[in-house]
Amino acid sequence: MAESFHKKIPGISFWFSITWIILVTTIAICADFLPLLEYDHMDWDNPEASPGTCVEKQVNDNNGEQIYQKKIYLLGTDTMGRDIFTRLIFGTRISLTIGLAVPVIGLIFGGIFGMLAGFYRGKIETVMMATMDIILAFPGIVLMLAITFYLGPGIKNLVIALGILVIPAFTRVARANTLKFAQSEFVQAARMMGQKDVGIMIFEILPNILIPMAAYALMLVGYMIMVEGVLSFLGLGVQAPVPSWGGMIADGKEVLDQAPFIALFPSFIMFLTVLSFNLMGDYLRNLVDTKEGQL
Amino acid sequence: MMVFLGKKLFRLIVVILAVTAITFLMVNFLPGDIAITTAGFGASLEDVEAIREDLGLNKNIVLRYTLWLFDAAQGRLGQSFLTDEPVLEAISQRLPVTIELMIISQMFALMLAIPFGIISAYKSGTNIDKTINTLAFSVMSIPTFVMALLLIFAFSLKVNWLPATGYVPFSEGFWLNIKSFLLPGFSIALVEWGYLMRILRSDMISTLQEDYILMAKSKGLPTVYILFKHALRPSCFTLITILGIQVGHLIGGAVIVENIFALPGIGSLLIAAIYGRDYTVVQGCILFITIAYVMINFFVDILYSILDPRIRFQNRT
Repeated sequence: MAESFHKKIPGISFWFSITWIILVTTIAICADFLPLLEYDHMDWDNPEASPGTCVEKQVNDNNGEQIYQKKIYLLGTDTMGRDIFTRLIFGTRISLTIGLAVPVIGLIFGGIFGMLAGFYRGKIETVMMATMDIILAFPGIVLMLAITFYLGPGIKNLVIALGILVIPAFTRVARANTLKFAQSEFVQAARMMGQKDVGIMIFEILPNILIPMAAYALMLVGYMIMVEGVLSFLGLGVQAPVPSWGGMIADGKEVLDQAPFIALFPSFIMFLTVLSFNLMGDYLRNLVDTKEGQL
Repeated sequence: MMVFLGKKLFRLIVVILAVTAITFLMVNFLPGDIAITTAGFGASLEDVEAIREDLGLNKNIVLRYTLWLFDAAQGRLGQSFLTDEPVLEAISQRLPVTIELMIISQMFALMLAIPFGIISAYKSGTNIDKTINTLAFSVMSIPTFVMALLLIFAFSLKVNWLPATGYVPFSEGFWLNIKSFLLPGFSIALVEWGYLMRILRSDMISTLQEDYILMAKSKGLPTVYILFKHALRPSCFTLITILGIQVGHLIGGAVIVENIFALPGIGSLLIAAIYGRDYTVVQGCILFITIAYVMINFFVDILYSILDPRIRFQNRT
């Protein structure tokens, strides 16, 4: 993977992915203010309604008068008559929260551990890298299942567990890059000027290792979205009625024959999002072109 | 070589000890009382006490871990609370299905990755190369469970060529057995070949720049012959390692595919146990999968260092 097919000049794939990421993020943040239906409202008269279904309903308004309320199910409804479009948008929140929070945890802790190991070497390095090897020795998805089993499902446990799992890889990237710079002239110069170790790490080394680490983090975002999808699909992630893409796909799986769109819409959105983050990560990695990015 | 092996073996033992300790501790930090959870609804206080005695929960934790470790080492993983089946027996019954899925999916993945990797490396930089790479990059962004659903949708529901779920044991016929593994195998392979192909491609590109390839070309050997006979083997080292790691992943990572296609492998055993809160089975499965994973990685490391002796001396510098 040393060389890649993406040029360093941003191409169409770059602009596509950045547009999609910005769009999805904005929608996730603004979901509460958008004119959407409720994500957990079950319309039992219209389960599995096909995309674009228009429903008119008689309801009583505040004054007791009967009015007609018009609803459009843009992407149809799921097996319980809930609006798919709304659920997709609210599901974005879960996916992005996990997709972004986990790499950030890895970035912070892995960055600190890796810098310490690469800067001080010696015993600290040995102990730290051995610990990381043990964490890496666990098969990821099984450990995730174990943690959700023992701690119970829920977004907080999920983020913590995934965070611990990704710290080792970040530690390795940070350490490998710190090693490169720890002996360089500008670090020695800073030391001679009386800069403390902490200062050297923050002002001299950190700026240099940040980009390779960010490239790795971006590659991980897509992967984390997929992991969240798997767990929610198995019913071990976020709990109902809060919508998540994986949960929606699991719901649609049961009626794949009659109403394939229920599973296919969230699948497609998930694919586009993962692809966008992967393309961005690949682009950033080519930009810095360090081999450590692959660890 | 012996020093290298010794080091690796020492690490293997440390890792296995850590893994077992963590697995054991996780059960003990389970929120709520295991004895009460196990006894279930409507159990009397005596029942709970009996289970607590049975599980040895009133002993010191270090002692319990040591005892459990000795039991586990002898294959005594306890029995399922739901079916009373011994855990080890349940695992060994499911293992062949998981292994068959692993072999079939890896075969499919290689069948796609090798030809595409070779073409892509040979035509590197051209539109063919770019198309193959874009394709590989796209499939890598499809989660396996989504791929599984797409395949079910296309091949079981739309054209009805293959069964959507269900497992046919080998005893009922070779072809029927293979047929029940086709869709699950492809679900894994269609996602995975992208990784394998990219790895093969980048190694192959550097091989193709070697002098002996030029030599072979100047002798007038046919291109296909050069690619397969001269260039493929020296480009395979990284591919083999990644394949090994992938196999390790699949022991547990096929969980979701086994679940979707209702294949009675270790993954579905684990999932069923999680749903049923059958904690001895969960613990046994996790222990088994993790140790298998660690062992496979160990052997891949050794194999790799035999193939590429430079690895053995890497740590000395």
